[in-house]
Amino acid sequence: MAKSNKPIVWGPFAAGGTVTAFVTPALIVLTLLVALGATPELLQYDALLAFMRHGLVEVVAAGVVFVSLWSAAHRLRITCYDLGVRADTLVATVVYAVALAGTAAAIVYLSRL
Amino acid sequence: MAEEMNGKPYVRPITSEWIFRHPRYLRYMTREFSCLFIGGYTLLLIAGLKSLSEGRAAYDAFLEALKSPASIVFQVVALAFAAYHSVTWFALTPKALPLQLGEEFVSDGAISGAHYVVWAVLSLGIWVLAGAF
Amino acid sequence: MGERQVELEVLRYNPETDREPHFQRYSVACREEWVVLDALNHVKETLDPTLSYRWSCHMAVCGSCGMMVNGEPKLACKTFLRNYHGVIRVEPLRHFPIERDLVTVIDDFVAKLTRVKPYLIPKEPKSVEAGEYRQTPAQLKRYKQFTLCINCMLCYAACPEYGLIPDYLGPAALSLAHRYNQDSRDGGRGERQEELASKEGVWECSFVGACSEVCPEHVDPAAAIQQVKIRSTLDWYQEHLMPWLKK
Repeated sequence: MAKSNKPIVWGPFAAGGTVTAFVTPALIVLTLLVALGATPELLQYDALLAFMRHGLVEVVAAGVVFVSLWSAAHRLRITCYDLGVRADTLVATVVYAVALAGTAAAIVYLSRL
Repeated sequence: MAEEMNGKPYVRPITSEWIFRHPRYLRYMTREFSCLFIGGYTLLLIAGLKSLSEGRAAYDAFLEALKSPASIVFQVVALAFAAYHSVTWFALTPKALPLQLGEEFVSDGAISGAHYVVWAVLSLGIWVLAGAF
Repeated sequence: MGERQVELEVLRYNPETDREPHFQRYSVACREEWVVLDALNHVKETLDPTLSYRWSCHMAVCGSCGMMVNGEPKLACKTFLRNYHGVIRVEPLRHFPIERDLVTVIDDFVAKLTRVKPYLIPKEPKSVEAGEYRQTPAQLKRYKQFTLCINCMLCYAACPEYGLIPDYLGPAALSLAHRYNQDSRDGGRGERQEELASKEGVWECSFVGACSEVCPEHVDPAAAIQQVKIRSTLDWYQEHLMPWLKK
């Protein structure tokens, strides 16, 4: 019985589960405030652009996007299996690819700020 | 005994019915479905980043799009699922990372409680930083 | 000491004559304080001697009388009739093949339990003359709750992942392996990891947590499995990214 390489996918999942548990609800509240017409100062164009141009902010933002997408992708993979979808390799390839593509896109947009 | 039997053991078929067999399985599926909303919301943030990189007009259009009824409904539902994910995650953390000090284990409640404190402080910090108040 | 008329619906299967199982209804005059096992014994003694099921101690120690009671995995000896209303449905433990009536085939579990080496593998062998292996109360506490497992297999019946993936080692075997990994006298974690860290080990668990909820001895297999996942993940990153740390 060979040891599994699952830690490759599970490590970022566990990290993402923790990060999203701590920050995602607070972020949703911010965009909800925008939606309700009470846009927070930092989310105004000039303020946000200046803020997001910090090197450290860019790194943190890319990291949060990656682990958030990855943990969602990993859970979705397992949920598909739970619901009876047996094509696990296909599902895994698709969901992880979307997570990586989303992260790559985020890095590109961050670099263009 | 087994040799005397003519028939074989009966293997029951596996169906998806287990999800509804007990509320715990529905709670589990609810927790797992939070991934659709957390993942979906992250994609929304990436769309926001894209608009930010494209200039003021694109970004203001993104902020305007956030105000559509569909967007508000999505965000409210996403907030509920994200909060449910947080609550379940902090409930399960003491199991995955138990802490033994001396002879006794720190109680699950204390470990979860510490996570809630960090959650509250981080959320407040994010809101203050964003100038939400 | 009141009387209580109980309607039992028991899943019957006779491998010699039946193609598939079917429910049989028994109306049983029970005592108020009886458990499901008492009712089954009463059926066997007075109504139907052909009814087959496993039991032994009648005190939640032997782990033989696990069965589904109204869809939940329960020890029949610990499940009071007075907590139920209406017909009580009794079925063999889910996810296991049915040998006959409420008796299941448990070979799969026994084989998996054997594979994870659930016994002390001493760090260094010691002769009897050298004395006992000593342990502090803190070291004992570190694994004690996991020693309480009675191999009743209720956790396997509760675990949807075991139902979906029959090769999965499952909650009791994994948490018993963890019990020895956590023991200060033990040095066998490396050997057990070959099974625990395999695909069929902890990685098939999706942390439903049902195993811990149904455990009649309040063991927490779900906790054991997550702890093994974290250890195995650290092992993996250490082995592959920091190979110079290898012993």
